[in-house]
Amino acid sequence: MIHTGFEKFGKVSYTSETNVNDFVKHLEQGKVMATKCKQCGKVFFPPRADCSSCFSKSMDWKELGSSWKLETYTTAHFGPTGFEDDVPYTLALAQNEQGEKVFARLSKGIKPEETKLGMELKLAPVKLPNEKLSYEFRKA
Amino acid sequence: MRGLNRIKYSYLNTRSPNQVRCIGLKVAIVGVGQTKFTRACGVSVRELAFEGFREAMEDAGLTSKNIDASIVCSAPEYDKQRSPAGLIAEYLGLNPQPSFYAESICSSSSTGVRLAYGLIKSGLHDTVAVIGFQKMSELSSAEVQERMGRGADLMWESPFGVMMPAGYAMYARAHMQKYGTTEEQLAKVKVKSGKYGFLNPKAMFQREVTLEDVLKARVIASPLKMLDCCANADGASSIILASEKKARKITDTPIWVVGVGAATDTLTTTGRSNLTGLSAAIEAAGQAYRMAGVKPEDIDVAEVHDCFTIAEILAYEALGFCKPGGGGKLIEEGQTYFGGKFPVNIDGGLLSKGHPIGATGGSQIRTIVQQLRGEAGKTQVDGAEIGLVHNIGGVGLYGNVTILRR
Repeated sequence: MIHTGFEKFGKVSYTSETNVNDFVKHLEQGKVMATKCKQCGKVFFPPRADCSSCFSKSMDWKELGSSWKLETYTTAHFGPTGFEDDVPYTLALAQNEQGEKVFARLSKGIKPEETKLGMELKLAPVKLPNEKLSYEFRKA
Repeated sequence: MRGLNRIKYSYLNTRSPNQVRCIGLKVAIVGVGQTKFTRACGVSVRELAFEGFREAMEDAGLTSKNIDASIVCSAPEYDKQRSPAGLIAEYLGLNPQPSFYAESICSSSSTGVRLAYGLIKSGLHDTVAVIGFQKMSELSSAEVQERMGRGADLMWESPFGVMMPAGYAMYARAHMQKYGTTEEQLAKVKVKSGKYGFLNPKAMFQREVTLEDVLKARVIASPLKMLDCCANADGASSIILASEKKARKITDTPIWVVGVGAATDTLTTTGRSNLTGLSAAIEAAGQAYRMAGVKPEDIDVAEVHDCFTIAEILAYEALGFCKPGGGGKLIEEGQTYFGGKFPVNIDGGLLSKGHPIGATGGSQIRTIVQQLRGEAGKTQVDGAEIGLVHNIGGVGLYGNVTILRR
């Protein structure tokens, strides 16, 4: 069985086939999901189909926590091919109370002067043009 | 001379029985060379690689038939030639000896030197040539821009629009927040680089810059600005390594490879537990120091991977030249200038030399070898005995630290 559909993820997608393509289905339903190993309980974000701790291939989907804090960020004034029209945009890393980390853009609704490390954020799915999907951080 | 007070760490003077047994298996650098680094070299890849190789071979006084194996190093996404090792082996006159390819992006030629060390140490080969090259002008700017977007985790992070400066900028932001490092301190790294690039005839930028030039340059990825970033370049380097027995016949000034450290970190930003230091560099440095039996204060001169100004600050800390968080103060105090406590990148570093990816590690090693031989001219560190090379691939993805000794 070929697992396709992942090309819907991201403004520019470089991957279409993956065992974790259901991530996109969950995103369509408004949920950003991690995977959790059924055998050893390890949680993975980004989601993985294979557990690097115990080598199990048996994974459950698990919703990520909702309350995030900004760990670091940068505002990019130049973008690679396909992102030129988006600049400037802010790339960010945030962590939640369970210690899970997510890399995503900060919503353009957050003003540069409001952006502070440690600020509280929420993680939200976003719909992009051409039926593409992603997620971003917004003000909590 | 600083060397006198560190005899207790000396590889040569504190021989354990094991080291006496291994004495015939030491590995030396016997030849170094590099081309001038330029924006666009105007010659073919094979000719570029040949120029760096010829300089190293003339330095060693060898011909191609003296080389037992070659390791060719580059970042393949910038090559048009498939499998460049075979092509380059032919052009350099290295058939029928084995040739193979090593890649760890920006640290490819340090990886090549590590592999050469292992091949010689094992007894498989006596003399190995490491050839690093990159002709980044081989591609159009549009092609380069497309490849830039594929440097992060392709599945999960590249779809957000990530380029190299953004990765280092996120480290810079976290470092500034945690330790109070300032944009002025970052800029001072570039000011130092310009001072020494001005003296390096092989550097792409042979000019000094002011603090104001750096601070007023346009923003690339905040807080990094244009002059906080190194430039793509064309260039080639070559390092010739030999077993102790061969090295003593080739040269009166062998430079010994006494410590090699290498480590990796996650490609994903989410996998990084430390956002104010490169864990792979810290791990590689520890390995290299332990292997060489030396400490940070024993290092007379160092080359570090300053692809961005913040990267040099992180390197000071990873190498133990200061405590974590002390990097900004170290550059502010001028301790990493020629004449300072830890002279760093006194050939101009990547920020002035330019960064032809596969050739960079070899260029760093060449600078340290020249220092240890006493051939460094105006920036010769008096009596330099132990030198260090810190070469990073990606945003801390591959860490390589090499310690050399005369």
